[in-house]
Amino acid sequence: MTERTLSSEGWPPAVLDPAGPYSEPVTLLAWVLLAGGPVILAIVLGALWIALRGSPRLKTRLGGEKAIWILGFAFPSVVLTGLLVWGLMLTSSLSAARVPEGAMRVKVIGEMWWWRVHYQDGQGRETLRDANELHIPIGQPVLLELEAADVIHSFWVPRLGGKMDMIPGRTNRLLIEADAPGIYKGQCAEYCGGPHALMGFVVVAHTPADFARWQASRLPSQGAGGEGLALFLSSGCAACHTIRGTPARGRAGPDLTHVGSRRTLGAGILPNNPGTMAGWVADSQAIKPANRMPAYHQFSGEELQALTAYLVSLK
Amino acid sequence: MKGGAAISVLMLLGACAPAPVETAPADPAAVARGRDAASRLGCGACHAMPGIAWPKGRVGPPLSGFGARPLIAGELPNRAPLLAAFVTDAPAMAPGSAMPAIPMKKAEADDIAAWLLSLDD
Repeated sequence: MTERTLSSEGWPPAVLDPAGPYSEPVTLLAWVLLAGGPVILAIVLGALWIALRGSPRLKTRLGGEKAIWILGFAFPSVVLTGLLVWGLMLTSSLSAARVPEGAMRVKVIGEMWWWRVHYQDGQGRETLRDANELHIPIGQPVLLELEAADVIHSFWVPRLGGKMDMIPGRTNRLLIEADAPGIYKGQCAEYCGGPHALMGFVVVAHTPADFARWQASRLPSQGAGGEGLALFLSSGCAACHTIRGTPARGRAGPDLTHVGSRRTLGAGILPNNPGTMAGWVADSQAIKPANRMPAYHQFSGEELQALTAYLVSLK
Repeated sequence: MKGGAAISVLMLLGACAPAPVETAPADPAAVARGRDAASRLGCGACHAMPGIAWPKGRVGPPLSGFGARPLIAGELPNRAPLLAAFVTDAPAMAPGSAMPAIPMKKAEADDIAAWLLSLDD
């Protein structure tokens, strides 16, 4: 039996399967470079074979001044210049220097080892805080303002756009767009220590009508909470996590106001259901070693059930 | 062992005999589907499971050799129908367990039970 890793809805993400206008040029460029590399390698190996094993006549021709000028100077100059010009033209449409009028704006901040997601209005004012999941409408560009809180991370949702570093003290801009509704997975693409490989991300693309419904559903928690909320507040969870509409206002960890409606837990890596929620709360260290949430060993089975039921209800 | 069914019924009633339990030969397709479902649902968040490299959770017991265990959660005889009911709705079957009810299809629960009962190492 082969060992394998749990795959939660296509995570880790597909890399050469573009699903929008900001990833198609990247994929085309990647294919051209992937195909061109072996062609040039074959030419070099052919020349090497002639130099080592070729007949004296071939060796003489390869060693001549003309061959040096053609293969050593003209060929690389033409190929590299052509690639540079073509690559810049191909990818000029990806530039976030010219942002289309009225584009949706979202600030995404890389943390060890998760993502803050701050939705903004047209004036750049924050309208909603969430984490590890980004909801966008299809068919329009979305401007991401990428920052980092601690070390360098890199934002990468391969099917929707290019890869962009998130650097402490800087704001980098990246455009993404989805052609069709769906779930698009992402992955931190710059080694950021510890469980970097388990720092995933989710983009959910909606039709415009679904997106409006989603926006309207982002209200503060209305639920009674009961024993689950009481446990959340008394066990220290609220020191790191916010649940809007409750006294929980911690800022160190992901906002949990809508954690029950997320596709994943642990930043893109686990499916979200009561079982994985219980496993994450009780011992996230076994799942994502060295992440900053400690294991919670103090709950009884019933308490863990109550806490899990409450968190799952936060839709 | 002749009369295995009769003994099984007795064990169901008694629920404490540690004698080896005869199991019906597992349907390999159901076992494979069950492993896929367990992987897809993320059972590994709490349980270390043979054949699944990550995650290997520690909240619940490791599930290697589960098919040879006499009891589910130390409370119920380890038979396919009870096991399928348990993986779907543990609180109803074993009150006090930390394992929550997990939404899944009946067919998924049956497949997961078949897979768990096939684990003999």
